[in-house]
Amino acid sequence: MVMSAVVEEAVMDAPYGVAEPVRTIEHAAEEINGSFSLTDVSVAYGAETVIAGVNMLVPTRAVTALIGPSGCGKSTLLRCLNRMNDEIGNVRVGGTITLDGLDIYQKSIDPVDLRMRVGQVFQRPNPFPMSLYDNVAFGPRTQGVRKRDELDAIIEEALKDAALWDEVKNHLKKHAFELSGGQQQRLCIARALATKPEVLLMDEPASALDPISTQQIEDTIAELKNMVTIVIVTHNMQQAARISDQTAFMLRESMDQPAHLVEVGETKRMFTNPDDRRTESYITGRFG
Amino acid sequence: MSTRTRRANTARTIEAFMKLVTGACVALVVLTAVFILGKIVVSGLPGISLDFIFAKPAMGMRAGGIFPIIVGTLMLVTLTALLVLPLGIMAGIYLAEYAPKNLLTRIVRLSIANMAGVPSIVYGLFGLAVFVLLMQIGKSMLASALTLTCLTLPVVITSTEEALRQIPSDIRQAALALGATRWRAIYKVVLPAAAPGIVTGSILGLSRAAGETAPILVTGAAFFLPTLPDSVFSQYMSLPYHLYVLATQVPNVPPEVTWGTAFVLVAGVSIVSMFAAGWRSVQRRKVKW
Amino acid sequence: MKVTPTDMAGRHLGRTTRRRAAEAVVRTLVYAAGLLSIVILLAIAVFLFVEARRSMSEVSLGTMLTSTQWFPTGTPKIFGFLPLIAGSLMVTAVALVVFVPIGIGAAVYISEFSAGWFKEGMKTVIEFMAAVPSVVYGFLGVAVLIPWVKETFHLTSGMTALTGGLVLGIMSLPTVISISEDALHAVPDALRQGSLALGNTRWQTIYKVVVPSASSGIFAGVMLGLGRAIGETMAVLMLTGNAAVIPGSVFESVRTMTGTIAAEMGEVVFGGLHYSVLFSVGLVLFAITFAINLAADLVLERQRKRWRR
Repeated sequence: MVMSAVVEEAVMDAPYGVAEPVRTIEHAAEEINGSFSLTDVSVAYGAETVIAGVNMLVPTRAVTALIGPSGCGKSTLLRCLNRMNDEIGNVRVGGTITLDGLDIYQKSIDPVDLRMRVGQVFQRPNPFPMSLYDNVAFGPRTQGVRKRDELDAIIEEALKDAALWDEVKNHLKKHAFELSGGQQQRLCIARALATKPEVLLMDEPASALDPISTQQIEDTIAELKNMVTIVIVTHNMQQAARISDQTAFMLRESMDQPAHLVEVGETKRMFTNPDDRRTESYITGRFG
Repeated sequence: MSTRTRRANTARTIEAFMKLVTGACVALVVLTAVFILGKIVVSGLPGISLDFIFAKPAMGMRAGGIFPIIVGTLMLVTLTALLVLPLGIMAGIYLAEYAPKNLLTRIVRLSIANMAGVPSIVYGLFGLAVFVLLMQIGKSMLASALTLTCLTLPVVITSTEEALRQIPSDIRQAALALGATRWRAIYKVVLPAAAPGIVTGSILGLSRAAGETAPILVTGAAFFLPTLPDSVFSQYMSLPYHLYVLATQVPNVPPEVTWGTAFVLVAGVSIVSMFAAGWRSVQRRKVKW
Repeated sequence: MKVTPTDMAGRHLGRTTRRRAAEAVVRTLVYAAGLLSIVILLAIAVFLFVEARRSMSEVSLGTMLTSTQWFPTGTPKIFGFLPLIAGSLMVTAVALVVFVPIGIGAAVYISEFSAGWFKEGMKTVIEFMAAVPSVVYGFLGVAVLIPWVKETFHLTSGMTALTGGLVLGIMSLPTVISISEDALHAVPDALRQGSLALGNTRWQTIYKVVVPSASSGIFAGVMLGLGRAIGETMAVLMLTGNAAVIPGSVFESVRTMTGTIAAEMGEVVFGGLHYSVLFSVGLVLFAITFAINLAADLVLERQRKRWRR
């Protein structure tokens, strides 16, 4: 695992679940980036608080899995990290979320800029109704890349990183809807990678796919974590165990109270020796 | 036979009878439509020739062709399209993409529904008062086009909104998540995807506008002009008004001239709008989200 | 640590400000376009009123609405709207008798008794009928219906309220059928299944369950058809003979509000009294159709809410 000493130290030293914001990252920002620090994060839809008191670190260039029963706010928490919740009216985010030490909810931050650094892959493949090429070129073009050869290079690289290049290199003009579901999802990954993000958020990216496509996506994720920080929401325990380095377990114990973070830690430990009884019952399948 | 079965039999008889009655209503509608189409084709076709399409009217409009009238109509509709499409599409974008769920939006929707129901002659009065007289454009193609713009606006807005709503929200989300601004997401992704619906809806609206007589009667259509309009400030001749003139204002017009004019008008308007409607339903079926 | 927006994406320096400005401009334009419909609708009301003011002060609205004679160019000039309103109402009443039963009957058949391909075909038919311009309906009426009415009813002239009303009824059919059909179509199938499962026949299901459930939508369709009939100009202008007398029966000639405006606006002095009176007619017409459309829209909205739940 490629992880700078600074972060490794911060991640390993801080007690999981009650992490302090890690100021040391600021100093190291030039070498490594794409690490989140969440301090007392809460989310409210109107008057109803749905998530409260989340403290955790998201280490750079590693895979962090968010697990928990459906309706526990995993996706909502994920969407806080690129401020996609801003697009739904009536959502308030409390606490502090920093990306490499930068408070992403402060006034001067434009969420549009943030999203160029923090990409997202959605639950269902959602390619744009246009050619493969134009799909992947969308992000770079948004950033102002106009030169054809420059675009070509970015697109080739992104498609290679998403393990789709060999299958489509001769069909870049093809309409995205002609691809299979698994190919479409890898296209969406390539599309997100083409903006050169530091973090990639994945919201159950394989839940709509067949086992073979799921396998391909998981392989892709394993390759990608050398380049970007990945936060993945999944309801699939085996998947979390297979692909993630760190796992966070969220739970909403009743509809009257908000969801909270039960436990966060190294995946291997979480799945073999969890601290919390509820984590154990969830992982071993007693509820969910 | 028990009461029960007897009642069931009565019910079945009533059902058969009502199916016949409602079916007769449909038959009446279809026959009317077939009669309208058939009558116009049968009576109109003999008058149609290249000369009729490409020549000027002669002998007090009782002979010759209707070329300047066709051109006038096309120019008027084109000008209307240039005015109404940007406004209507933007208003449709407002409703589908930006409008908050509040009282103001509710009032906007009510206004649009009501605009669609305002009689066309009232639009004519409005155009006369505002465009012709107040803005001093005078009776002209521009004044008529502005009037028809108001009249067509609700159709364009509604079809734009409807087309945009058919586009699933997850591709908007995808564009936003790639760092696109709201407008870029709409302009580069949502709008192109919705384009077929917007275009066909607008064509339907414009083809209705092309057939309108009352609003242009008072804002610029001319009874007769010896030349083609040379600018948007000129008066012009138009197919629906010309048909009205031939049918009621000019004595002794040979029937093939009047029916020929009606044929050209109906063929133009209905072929365009039926193609648009057909294409739209094909598009809807083709793209499965 | 001081953070500027451009710091967030260091590699896009300079783009943010321009992009924000563009976004703001577009947002303003889009909002303005969104509000345009309110502006136009208000402007229509305001300008009709402004142009009608002269007639209201010189003749008074009360006199115009209650006088039974219309002699706009006689001496003395008399501007009574009652013959025109009566004409419009009589023509519309005839239209109503045509389009309500036929329209609803056809909608019921299309929605409840017919197969998919038939529905598609009927859509095309309705689309065609809606696409035919009103002046063409008027012309067909002149060519076909006027002689028929004259002969059938042994009248001296075929230009009657009946002639205009029949054509208006046909013209309103597409509106009534398509909106009623939508309303019937929106009734959930579960309701039909439930009724059929209780041993009702299809027809019993239709008139006990489906039509009552869709009644507000059907009502809205009828209202919109009515609004279209009252506001229609060219066909009535060409078919009703335009005699400004309160009609005694549907076999007499009538002059409608719309026809009056269309026929006389070409001959008035702009800004004159007659001109202003015609705007008063327009204002009355606008008020009537506005009320009808508002009612229809509120009813439709209620229906939409009902099935959303």
